[in-house]
Order: sequence, then C-alpha cells, then structure tokens
Amino acid sequence: MTYTQTRVSSTGRADDHDAVDDVLRILEPDGSRIADDTLDPWVADLSPHELRALHRDMVLTRRLDAEGVALQRQGQLALWAPCRGQEATQVGTAHALAPGDFVFPSYREHGVLLGRGAKPADYVLAWRGEEHSAYDHTTINAAPPQIIIGAQSLHATGWAMGAQRDGSTDVAVAYYGDGATSQGDVNEAMVFASSFRAPVVFVCSNNQWAISEPVTVQAKYPIAGRAPGFGIPSLRIDGNDALACVAAMRWALDRARRGEGPSFIEAVTYRMGPHTTSDDPTRYRDSAEVDEWAQRDPIARLEAYLRAEGMLDDSGMDQVARAADALAAEVRAACIEATTRAPETMFDHVYAEPHAAVERQKAEYMDYLAGFEK
Amino acid sequence: MTALTLGSAINAGLSKALENDDKVLLMGEDIGKLGGVFRVTDGLQKRFGAQRVVDTPLAEAGIVGTAVGLALRGYRPVVEIQFDGFVYPAFDQIVCQVAKLHYRSNGRIRMPLVIRIPWAGGVGAAEHHSESPEAYFVHTAGLRVIAASNPQDAYVMLQQAIASDDPVIFFEPKRLYHSKGEVDLDADLADAPPMHLARVPREGTDATIVTYGAQVRTALDAAVAAEDDGISLEVIDLRSLSPIDMNTVAASVRKTGRVVVTHEAAREAGVGAELIASITEECFHYLETPPRRVTGHDIPYPPSKLEKHHVPDLDRILHAVDLVLERGAGSSPTGGASAATVEGGVR
Repeated sequence: MTYTQTRVSSTGRADDHDAVDDVLRILEPDGSRIADDTLDPWVADLSPHELRALHRDMVLTRRLDAEGVALQRQGQLALWAPCRGQEATQVGTAHALAPGDFVFPSYREHGVLLGRGAKPADYVLAWRGEEHSAYDHTTINAAPPQIIIGAQSLHATGWAMGAQRDGSTDVAVAYYGDGATSQGDVNEAMVFASSFRAPVVFVCSNNQWAISEPVTVQAKYPIAGRAPGFGIPSLRIDGNDALACVAAMRWALDRARRGEGPSFIEAVTYRMGPHTTSDDPTRYRDSAEVDEWAQRDPIARLEAYLRAEGMLDDSGMDQVARAADALAAEVRAACIEATTRAPETMFDHVYAEPHAAVERQKAEYMDYLAGFEK
Repeated sequence: MTALTLGSAINAGLSKALENDDKVLLMGEDIGKLGGVFRVTDGLQKRFGAQRVVDTPLAEAGIVGTAVGLALRGYRPVVEIQFDGFVYPAFDQIVCQVAKLHYRSNGRIRMPLVIRIPWAGGVGAAEHHSESPEAYFVHTAGLRVIAASNPQDAYVMLQQAIASDDPVIFFEPKRLYHSKGEVDLDADLADAPPMHLARVPREGTDATIVTYGAQVRTALDAAVAAEDDGISLEVIDLRSLSPIDMNTVAASVRKTGRVVVTHEAAREAGVGAELIASITEECFHYLETPPRRVTGHDIPYPPSKLEKHHVPDLDRILHAVDLVLERGAGSSPTGGASAATVEGGVR
C-alpha cells in the first residue's frame, strides 16, 4: 500500500549533503522550468498576472524584512526575526490559500502575514514592544504569532476539527521550522490530525538551522519522512522554488477540502540571516554554506524564469521596487510614529470578565502613579 | 431537590451544558464509551454522539492544544484531564496559550475553555494520581481556578464555568465523587451565587477556618467536634481560588480575630500562603494570634498507605485551632516541637 508521496534521499539520511537536492522542484536555481508529474498539474493554470504577483510579494517580503532588520539596528525595534531566503516558502504557500482559511504562524512568517493582508503596523508593533500581537486575527485570519516552538500546530489542528464540525471547506495551516519537529506538540498534532482526519496542513520550513543547532542534530532522516508514519502524506519540496510551494500547498489544500484530512509539506530552504537580530550566525556556520545557498536564491530564480518567459521586464521590476519602497516607508512610519499605551492598559484583557485581584492591583498601582502627579 | 453524588451532579451539569449550547463539546481520554475512569461522563456520548463527547488520543498537551484551536473556531470545549498528576504534560499549553491568548490578542480572542481535573488524595491511588497542583494555576494570570466541595456547587459552578468567556481550571475532589448531597437540578444559573464568591457553610465566632475542596467537609467535621468543647468555628469554603473572595474571608477574620487555613496541597508558596499574606495585609489589627496553616507536607505525594499522615485530618485542624485560640500545651506563638511536627513540616 502506498500512503506516502515523500521522496527521500537514496541514503535515507537527512545529514547527507545531497539531501537538500532530494526534493521536488519545477524551477531550477538558474530559473529554468523543468517538469515534475506531482507538482505540474497544480500550477498549470497560473496566469502571468498571478506569477508576477508571486514575484512582487516575495520582493515586498524581502524589503519588509530588510526594513525590520534596519529598524532593529537603529534601536527602533527590540528584536526582529529575519526571513530572508525563505520568501518562496512563505509567499508561495500563502498565495494558495483562500480567505476563509486560517493560518497559525510562527514568529518568522512575515511573508505569510503579507499574503494574509497584514497592515504596516501589524509587522512591527510587537517587535517594538508596544503590543503582543498587533493584528486583528479576525480580519486576516491569522492567529497571533507563536513564540513557543510548535505550540500552534495543535491550535491549527483543533481549529481544523472545528471547521470539519461546521461542515465548511476552510482549512487550517500551521507554519513552523525544522526545530519544532523535535517538539512533542508537533508530534501530538500529527496524531490528532490523523486520528480525526482534520483539514489541516503542516508547513515545515526546514531552513537548516534552529538558532545554532543544524537540522542534522534534530533529524537523522528527512523530516517529510516522518508524516507517513502518522498516516499523513507528505511532500518534500524545494522551498526556494515558489512554483513548487504553490503547487504543494494547492495539493494539500485540495486534499483537506475534499475531506481527505491532513497533509505535511517539508519546504527545504535556508535562513540567510541570523535566527534573530540577537544572535551571530558566524559563530556557528560556515560562510561557504551561506554562499552556496545564495546561489539558490528564491527571488532571483523566479525573476530569471519570468524574464525568460517575457512576463517581467525592467519596467515591471521598477514598479515592484517602488511598491517595496512604499511598503518599507509605511512600515517605518508605523514603527516610528507608534505611541506607547498608558500604563493602566497593561491590566486590561487579562480576563474577559471582571477579576477582583487584577482590578485591585490595577487600582493600587494607579493610585501609586497618581502620587507622582501631586 | 434530588440527592446526587458529586460525580452524578457533574454529569448532570455537563449534560445540561451540552443540551443548552451546541458549541459545547467534551474531550478527554476514555470519556466516551467508558464514561470516564470515574464514570463522571457516563452515558453522555451515547446521548450526544461522538462528535460532542470525544474520546481523544492519550496526549494531554494534544487535548488542551486542540481545544485552544476549537475555542478559536467558536467552540466551548470542556476537557477532562484524567488525573491531577497528568496535567503537567499539558502545562505549557495551559499557562502559555490558554491563559495568555486573550491578553496577547488585546481581548480579541476568547478562550471559553474548561479544564476539569479529578483532584487530590484520600482515595488510596497510585503514584501521580493524588496531586494538588492548584497553586501553579492560581499563580498564572488569565486562568480562573475553581474548587468544588459539594454536589450542588459542582452542578452549578461547572455550568457557570462553561458559560464563562474565561478559561477555567475546574478541580473536582475525587474523594467526594461518591458522596451525596441535595441538588436543585432546576436551579436558575442567573439566581445562583457567582462562582467567584466564597460560601460560609457554618457560622461561628471564636475562629475562622478557611479551606476549599474536600477539606471543607473535614473542616466542618472539626467544627462539630470543637462545638463539644464549647468552641464556635466559622468555616469558609472559598470555592474560587482565582480570584479569591477576600471580602468574605476578611469579614470573617475581623469577626473572629483568629484564623486557620487548611488545604491538602503542599505548604510552601501555596494558596494558604497567599491567603495568610492577604489576611495579614487587610486584617492585621484584628488578629488576636498568628494565623496557622494546616497543609500537606512539602514532599512528593507519599505512598497511599501513608496518605492519612499527609492529608490534613480533623485532629490536625483541631490542633491548629487550639494554637490560634492559645489553648493547652504547645500553644506558644513561636511554636514548640510538637506544633511544628503536627502541623506538617519544619519551617
């Protein structure tokens, strides 16, 4: 019985150097289009307009990410988790979603939030320390960014169980990194998703590093190879190939909407920058490795393809660059113009209903602060 | 009024909640076909179906974490943690996710989630089956913590907890599961006292005993015994451990001037510590003698053959009452050897 579409390396080892190429892809690093029976049907209908939108959002994501890093370096943000290098995975998978689907992102999913329609302030206020989660989850159908590694995989599964009960075709998507696959929650999520046939897609961005821990410390076998053991079919794709990401996500969403339950996507990619602006990746990885991955850049790859196909030219590139500059300016303005909330608001929303102890402490502290104004 | 065991009263409360709101669903290990290891959910799956009463995989973080997702989708999950000692694998989901999502989302996300926990000792159970973890949850902002002590409260407060838009940890004293009491099954929730208010099941004038859960019954037994010695004890059943109804506690302490707090949980940084700190802050000038705690010892739960030495009984409570009333030997406020030993651990 075949219950997996996982392709794993001939050695079956995740620490095999060639394992990163043991993936499904339809865009080579030089931008040439190749055929793949599994992926091709899912992107056959992509119009030039949609392909250009994919490219534009990847460029916007990279620009947004660069702005986040710059704002942190300038002291405007306390921290930023860069996503450079992972734009194809984030934008490609998010492009495949319907508005009613609901994403459960990690803290690095800036491109996913862009795809869900986040506003400029939504990206920076949490990193600035103004709010825990700035965006309204109901308008962009995205849960607050998750900090605890992998915890959101269970929330996505539960949400999907609810969608299933409602008789809707909405799908939940959990995004997490390779490090999260070591967590119990991620494994429990696969048990629940499989047992209840929940319409959920797990997107693992295998960016090779969990802070300073290489994926080889976490996985001795390709990560996509685990899901079939839970009864969940998986695809191991080139996460720097935007077309492969769209295709894999459409495959998974289609399964979920048809009532076939969960799917797992391992997108093999690379985090080009640090884990966050607080760490120094030169301490734990070789520049040669980074240089090698720079040759697989997801944006340059799609650009080369679109130019070769006559779908993108210099003027189109200029338009995209201007849109990216505009977004960066809006994000910067939202960050710099942010106002810190009044201290009494920190006591708000601890509970949905009145709670005597919190109210008492709030009153005491406000009395104390008022003492300075006399 | 109907005479029901505490377990049956909870079953009736769950049944009513499932009837009244189709967004309510129960999740847990063995709660469906088996009806729960304590049979508390007996018959509910048969009546409401496997979509409403869900037998889950054996994974506590999975149960609570998926309930978070269901709550996000608009459901009101009531999850059962099979035993108190099994809640720890779900601890991260409870304290980092369940407790904080409303706050993190500026109030946009509601977590109307109830986590039922068969709780505490006195039933001769195996290791990890008799724990009193309430202080961990009381210490976590964003959670409400409720402790039932009798069938009527269990029936009403469980429905109030399910109706609450806040997440509620609902402790059910398993040694009272089979004890009976009168329950008004037609009680109107709107007329019932809110679950955050304490109850005074016995009024008295000489000293106040503050407690909750199964210890309420022990404290009431102690009050009856003390009466034979001419001592009038007031007993307060907190019912809610977060928030604590300090108005009721303080009013009683101001009246009696003497207070004993008793619970099964370990003493250090427990609910009793919080209570006595608050009593001292609010009622210091009314206190005639130092408050006393009668608690479980600061040890892992002992083997069941020794649990009668761990769970505070009537005699340990009465001994503490003697101390706060400054009656008899060993009543020095500085505490003699006997006081330190009998009360549960050297400080």
